[in-house]
Amino acid sequence: MAHAYTPGLKVTEHIVVRRVRRLPIPGDVLVKVGDKVAPDTVVARTKLPGNPVTINVANIMGMPAEYLAPHLVKKVGEAVAKDEVIAKSISWFGLSKVYCRAPVSGTLQSMSPVTGQAIIREADIPLDVSAYVHGTIVEVIAGEGVVVETEGAFIQGIFGVGGETSGTLRVAVSAADEPLEARHLTPAHAGDIVVGGSVITGPAIKRAIEVGAKGLVGGGIIDTDLINLLGYDIGVAITGQEDIALTIIVTEGFGQMNMADKTFSLFKQLEGKFASVNGATQIRAGVMRPEVIVPGHMAKGAVKTLAASEGLVPGTTVRIIREPYFGALAQVVELPPELQVIETEAKVRILRARLPGGEVVTIPRANVEILEG
Amino acid sequence: MAGGTKHKNQGDREIRSILATDCGSTTTKAILIDKVDGAYRLVVRGEAPTTVEKPFEDVTMGARNAIREVEELTGRKFLSEGGVITPQGQEGGVDLYLSTSSAGGGLQMMVAGVVKIMTAQSAERAALGAGAIVMDAIAIDDGRKPHQKIERIRHLRPDMILLSGGIDGGTVSHVVQIAELIAAAEPRPRLGIGFKLPIIYAGNVAARTYIKDILDAKTDLRIVDNLRPVLEREVLGPAREEIHNLFMEHVMAQAPGYDKLMRWTDVPIMPTPGAVGLIIETTGKENDMSIIGVDIGGATTDVFSLFEEKFNRTVSANLGMSYSICNVLLEAGVASLVRWLPFPLDEADLRNRIRNKMIRPTTIPHTVEELIVEQALAREAMRLAFEHHKSLAVGLRGIQKEYGEGGLVDSAGTDVSLVDMRGLGMLVGSGGVLSHAPRRAQAALMLIDSFLPEGVTRLAVDSIFMMPQLGVLSTVHAQAAAQVFDRDCLIKLGTCIAPIGLLRDGERAVSVKVSLPDGPAEFTVDFGQIHAFAIPEGTTAEVEVRPALLLDAGAGRGRSLRLKAEGGVVGLIVDCRGRPFRLPSDEATRRTKLLQWIKALDIYPQAALQRYLGRQ
Repeated sequence: MAHAYTPGLKVTEHIVVRRVRRLPIPGDVLVKVGDKVAPDTVVARTKLPGNPVTINVANIMGMPAEYLAPHLVKKVGEAVAKDEVIAKSISWFGLSKVYCRAPVSGTLQSMSPVTGQAIIREADIPLDVSAYVHGTIVEVIAGEGVVVETEGAFIQGIFGVGGETSGTLRVAVSAADEPLEARHLTPAHAGDIVVGGSVITGPAIKRAIEVGAKGLVGGGIIDTDLINLLGYDIGVAITGQEDIALTIIVTEGFGQMNMADKTFSLFKQLEGKFASVNGATQIRAGVMRPEVIVPGHMAKGAVKTLAASEGLVPGTTVRIIREPYFGALAQVVELPPELQVIETEAKVRILRARLPGGEVVTIPRANVEILEG
Repeated sequence: MAGGTKHKNQGDREIRSILATDCGSTTTKAILIDKVDGAYRLVVRGEAPTTVEKPFEDVTMGARNAIREVEELTGRKFLSEGGVITPQGQEGGVDLYLSTSSAGGGLQMMVAGVVKIMTAQSAERAALGAGAIVMDAIAIDDGRKPHQKIERIRHLRPDMILLSGGIDGGTVSHVVQIAELIAAAEPRPRLGIGFKLPIIYAGNVAARTYIKDILDAKTDLRIVDNLRPVLEREVLGPAREEIHNLFMEHVMAQAPGYDKLMRWTDVPIMPTPGAVGLIIETTGKENDMSIIGVDIGGATTDVFSLFEEKFNRTVSANLGMSYSICNVLLEAGVASLVRWLPFPLDEADLRNRIRNKMIRPTTIPHTVEELIVEQALAREAMRLAFEHHKSLAVGLRGIQKEYGEGGLVDSAGTDVSLVDMRGLGMLVGSGGVLSHAPRRAQAALMLIDSFLPEGVTRLAVDSIFMMPQLGVLSTVHAQAAAQVFDRDCLIKLGTCIAPIGLLRDGERAVSVKVSLPDGPAEFTVDFGQIHAFAIPEGTTAEVEVRPALLLDAGAGRGRSLRLKAEGGVVGLIVDCRGRPFRLPSDEATRRTKLLQWIKALDIYPQAALQRYLGRQ
């Protein structure tokens, strides 16, 4: 296989990032190309059809559906108020009265002569899409949304939970191997995105929620702490919709993992800057990784654009992403083209890489990811 | 080429070469088949990462890369600027190019019917058989209130809905009620903002007018023959055909680059699982045997079966070896997983490892310890998927059925699974964890542990996962598909004999006499043990099995069984661990047993294994 390696995660000081902001159904775009936007700027708006509520009028009236028509007091398309009569039947010279009342306010959308089922649709639900990042509108997708472009620092995590949010970046620890603990979080972190070094501990998550932090970023997280936060176990790697008070992003993986030095150094540089973050992760059917975007951060050198990796070559810095060297950073020394037998006896493409201690180890190419910047 | 079938290179001309790709969610695989000395054979295979997603967003890039690898390996030319060169000519090319696809999440459907265990289940079978993942099955009697059903329909964004209900001429009100709920929900398709959701109506013909009134304006409504025209009969063909047409028109047409890929191919692109099911069904029917196939992928595990000439496919959408590996842990539980490990492993460490596999799905086991953990997960994923399959592969409900000479009548229909492990002729495994297992005996034992075959069963694995390509090929060139499937696709592992019944551990379970061309051999196997005896691939041996009085090897309790056992890379496996199979509950005994079985079948490299055992 030509590219038997995992494309790496982007960690870069200065890059052009574009984000498509799209409505789920057609609607109105409220901005135009060239407009400057902030994370909370509403760029597109639509109305979702209101909730439909069913009511079986025939059952309530006690008659077959086909006999209902003369008893209806509301027509399809008419507005109805909660408890308003929509059908009535009076018999025995007024002694027997049966009413069917609307369970909610809305519009009578349909009245079935076959099933006797009425559907009342509640008022439309307005839906706004915000810009998510500070930036400029570079494209309008008519009736659907926009593309926002921004320049700045960009850091991808490996896994996250919680949706889009924004706040000021605060690095709360002094080193990449320092766990983020409850003592690092204070009331001053309300509204902030707080960065730790290695693992984000369970008590730190609890404390972050107490002080009102908007997000946490760290090297790793312990599986059981995540379950405690969510109240359930994640089975499939599709996240971002969790009903939790803050967004969490890990840059390395599960367990006691130190944040890569390069990533931690960049966060230190970005201390005090405003960031947009999104914990949404989707590994199935289209890879989506969690991200931290810091618009306006300028670095020396050329601005990059997000592009496909150039691949592995001798000298490339990689992260080993599977046992027995899981988490180690290494430099590629050699890329033998022929398949080789590893401990499991599988014949695979491998590479040889030098660990920080100088030892050269053999690793399946599938078990490294490029540190991209 | 939406909808219809195009065979632009067919006709009277002989097919000399065939190129076929399968665009999977992670990898695109290409195979080249040539006619050599009058028979079709696999020549070479190439693969490359699938490029449906960002930053490429063009499936043909991955297909080109995979085909380019085939070009490099053969020194021949198959690609031009415009795509795959067809037919084969002076400048290169092939006579036939075909493709299957499960990229971009495959085909995701919702089904609806009136009665959950009748028309809704028939609709589910139709969708699954067409290669779909069924996101939900809505029915009048599914226990949910109307607003909950509407909420669910609104929340899901399927590629299409299959609506069924009522026998022809029966009551119309219930199926109309379901249609009203769908209309009220205003469902939207997964792909293509602004497009109408395709809905296939395959229910009571008498309700068609009402269904049109309710759904025609709001959705892209297609009407086909009722899939349950009478209670006693299921007619799934027309619904499946329409699903395939819509798959091409809607799902494929909107996926990045598929418009190009569709122009390249000579027949419509098929959903990968539909193609795999087709080749398994064909194999069972042609060999007149019951068959079970399993395809364990990164996201899903598909199980296919053919029993009593009835084909069933189920997909366990969240049981897989990478993207959904944590769900295997969640559904099976740590204890079920750990029971397959011959060494202790800290639970927190195990959980973190599995999570890390989920978020970095393309990694492979580097150590024997990791391999054993991964194969334990595979056992549990397949076991759970098979449980699911057995619950859906049942006879039609709501009919009366007579059993045997006694004339017993089951007036409630049947909840009895069609899956009968005693009658199973062949068990075929596919998917990376089986096909790429470093030792074939590992694949054999994984299949046995997960499916627990009873009596005599042949075992095989797909060598390099080419069943999808052969499935779609079988629709246009059955002979080529059958030849390649038999000669190059299937790796015959051998024959498993698993007596039914229980004895005390260590008691003599069976005596076996094997007659091979180079002479006879005899051996015995005690209860609680498993034994492998080499019968080379391509050889058939006369085998006589004499079980203990309380055991049934297939001929009845205590009765001798004579059979012709097909050889394979593992050979004859005599599994006397008991049916029903139970692992010892005591941890030390369990580990001892696992190590005995590992040794008996020479499953893992002993030196490496000892390192992890010694670490205790």
